[in-house]
Amino acid sequence: MAIVTPLKTAAEQVLAQQFANVKAELPGAGPVRKLREDAFAGFEAKGLPHRRLEAWRYTDLRMMLREAKPLADGNAATQAVRDRLSTLKLDGLRLVLIDGAFNAELSGLDALPEGVAVHALADALVSPREDLTRILSGPGVAEGDTGLMLNTALMRDGVLVEIAEGTELAAPIAIISLASGDEEQAIFSRSVVLAGKGVKGSIVEISESAGAKAAQINTAIVFEAGDESEIQHIRLVTRQPAETVQVLSLLATVGAHAKFDSFALICNAGTVRQQHFVRYAGEHTEVGLRGVNLLGGQEHSDVTLVVDHEVPHGTSRELFKSIIGGEGTGVFQGKVIVRQHAQKTDGSMKSNALLLNDGATMFNKPELEIFADDVVCGHGATVAQIDGEQLFYLMARGLPRPQAEALVLQAFAGEAVEFVADEALRDLIMGEVEGWLANREHTAGKAA
Amino acid sequence: MAAVQETIDQVKSIDVTEYKYGFVTELEVDKPAKGLTEDTVRYISARKNEPAWMLEWRLDAFRRWKTMTEPTWSRVNYPPIDYQNIYYYAAPKMGAQPKSLDEVDPAILETYKKLGIPLREQEILAGVAPENRVAVDAVFDSVSVVTTFKKELAEAGVIFCSISEAIQEHPELVKKYLATVVPVTDNYFATLNSAVFTDGSFVYIPKGVRCPMELSTYFRINEQNTGQFERTLIIAEEGSYVSYLEGCTAPKRDENQLHAAVVELIALDDAEIKYSTVQNWFPGDAEGKGGIYNFVTKRGDCRGKNSKISWTQVETGSAITWKYPSCILRGDGSRGEFYSIAVSNGMQQVDSGTKMIHLGRNTTSKIIAKGIAAGKSDSTYRGMVSAHRKATGARNFTNCDSLLIGDQCGAHTIPYIEAKTATAIFEHEATTSKIGEDQLFYCQQRGLSEEEAVALIVNGFVKEVLQQLPMEFAVEAQKLITISLEGSVG
Repeated sequence: MAIVTPLKTAAEQVLAQQFANVKAELPGAGPVRKLREDAFAGFEAKGLPHRRLEAWRYTDLRMMLREAKPLADGNAATQAVRDRLSTLKLDGLRLVLIDGAFNAELSGLDALPEGVAVHALADALVSPREDLTRILSGPGVAEGDTGLMLNTALMRDGVLVEIAEGTELAAPIAIISLASGDEEQAIFSRSVVLAGKGVKGSIVEISESAGAKAAQINTAIVFEAGDESEIQHIRLVTRQPAETVQVLSLLATVGAHAKFDSFALICNAGTVRQQHFVRYAGEHTEVGLRGVNLLGGQEHSDVTLVVDHEVPHGTSRELFKSIIGGEGTGVFQGKVIVRQHAQKTDGSMKSNALLLNDGATMFNKPELEIFADDVVCGHGATVAQIDGEQLFYLMARGLPRPQAEALVLQAFAGEAVEFVADEALRDLIMGEVEGWLANREHTAGKAA
Repeated sequence: MAAVQETIDQVKSIDVTEYKYGFVTELEVDKPAKGLTEDTVRYISARKNEPAWMLEWRLDAFRRWKTMTEPTWSRVNYPPIDYQNIYYYAAPKMGAQPKSLDEVDPAILETYKKLGIPLREQEILAGVAPENRVAVDAVFDSVSVVTTFKKELAEAGVIFCSISEAIQEHPELVKKYLATVVPVTDNYFATLNSAVFTDGSFVYIPKGVRCPMELSTYFRINEQNTGQFERTLIIAEEGSYVSYLEGCTAPKRDENQLHAAVVELIALDDAEIKYSTVQNWFPGDAEGKGGIYNFVTKRGDCRGKNSKISWTQVETGSAITWKYPSCILRGDGSRGEFYSIAVSNGMQQVDSGTKMIHLGRNTTSKIIAKGIAAGKSDSTYRGMVSAHRKATGARNFTNCDSLLIGDQCGAHTIPYIEAKTATAIFEHEATTSKIGEDQLFYCQQRGLSEEEAVALIVNGFVKEVLQQLPMEFAVEAQKLITISLEGSVG
């Protein structure tokens, strides 16, 4: 095939200019600088991802990013940000990023739980540990993704959390990314969680905006979960202006006999592309990736997974539930790779979507790529509307249609939420789901 | 380990010894110079004595093809094809178009006899119940040798002939329908086919007619370095029904041969077309040498209300298979079905599946695809189900399963499910597994050998699809499956 080099879009030209301007002042020299330069060169060669790229088939970032906003360079905490922080119901350590920059003042660094060390990523990049560039690169399956390359090139800050071997966290550690929302800007941040052998605990990742101006956000979180660890990752992306365009990459490398569970709730978030890249670094490991997407208006949520079973005896479970109203678009692209030596792999992937009205769209692409013969792998995908019989049952018992619908939808989303082990977090998530359902104006208005 | 070595030897031997259609027929043939230029296109058109409009159509396709690039998205690997090193036309020397079988070269008749394809109507009539008769169009390299039962079919109003003949005799129908389902520039191989297609079948079932017998085409590639470019067009008028079978074989040769076909089906109001394929092109030897590259575009258009198109395929041959028989469900209440078994062994690569495009209201579709991969082969299911905004009440059920035999092979599933209407109900499920040891144990305990047990389990696995095949083919297909899997127990 002929190699076509498209003309750069306006946004790509601005990004190139921005990178040239700031690369000298971005944290990190030597190997980190090289990592950034290589990543940007990779990005430049391919440009912003577009629908002709299989992995970005349904989320055309080139079309969505007509112009690149100016880079955020770490704003001070505004009153709106402080107010928002005070309303968050979360126990435990809070690590706060404002417009992508780590804010030590608002983070409770003086009361770190035992076994936990926290650094601003900007500091870690300046005096890098030997293995930092390797860690930042993530699993091999993430290589070549242009969304991630852009993050690598331009990441300014974030947090690096180290949890020492054997630590059991009593309360979750929250990484709270707030966009100030005072002006339209582009935020690039990256966080790293290094959990040693046998660590047990939850990491909560929250992305919200305190103001009304939409941001272009590109964040990545890297997990290295040691052998025998049990890590829960909970992500809430909500309360963002509708014009927000966000790319969230999750890079996880999970050790032997470990458990890694991730759950993500997307609602009222604008356009969100989540991409999970997971690699099994040891045998007898269980990974669960789940999520709920609640979409309305013009919202767009893309969940793209690449689960790479490199070693035998791995288990993977994926379950994503999408409720789509308005002119929302849901995308699920799951790919489970079972390499030749990964015998006895047990994989199961499921995506269920309910379309609430005409105008809503769902794209499902659950892929299996299998090279080992002694495996059990399945995937299921459904797209449907609310079951009329269930509604009838509830309405026959006296519930008005809007409540009946809300109850059915709540149960539908709940099937994924129930996998969140921590009760307080589960309640927090269910609270968001119920809030969304209560404010949903779309089909409820059409009540018969 | 001895057992492993034994298995390897067995697998090695099957493709070479078991491909029983691998003989060559020595014939004098007519062919133009190798390569593809406008002159080749003109030569083919002239040899077929085609009208000027057809030549123009071909040349237009050729010019467009030159501007296109070969697709690379499929999950198959092969060295670049040298399109200038292929003969685009090869016809056995027969003088004028034979008027009866007596004028056909006995060597060709012998070939079909060996393949078990009945070309003489009397032979078929003897001892076969009339309802089980099959009319055959036999295509040998680039030409149709003979079409049987033409007269009887004509009495029912059915037109069944080679496409070259249809261009001569029924130009109005060909003009009206050709390339309306697969546009000339649909894809690289379809465009190539449009420029150089040689023969294939043409079927026209008039309004309200239920075709009195099964129609079938038997494709044989014989010549060396020759590509086969067949074109089939089936039109079922309002309220008609036809069942069409297609079979293919080729000799064992060291080089890869190209087969790029286009099949178009058109079903008008209340019509039904059932299209079955048993594809058994030469798959290449155990090292992956030789074999047919099967790049085929097959598409059916349910143009009328309540029309139905069903594809059934058993794919055991070809070094590379690249085909996606699809249905465009345009008419309200139309129905598309796809049943497929793809068995791959040796170094075969299969990338196959279907597309169900729901456009009309209350359209339904069903996909059952079973892939069995053994040896070092790769089997990919790639399918798309989509519902347009106006396709209210669209319904799809998809089930694709893969069975892996041995740890050198791969199975992949790439489904695309796109719903743009809230009233669509789409379900997709897929599994991949290996033959259960408990199932094997159960069978062996009851006295079956390991190979018999595998065959039994595999037959159970594919039964859903085999049931859809017409009687004559079901038996043949069952045999094919045992052949491809023999020796792969390890």
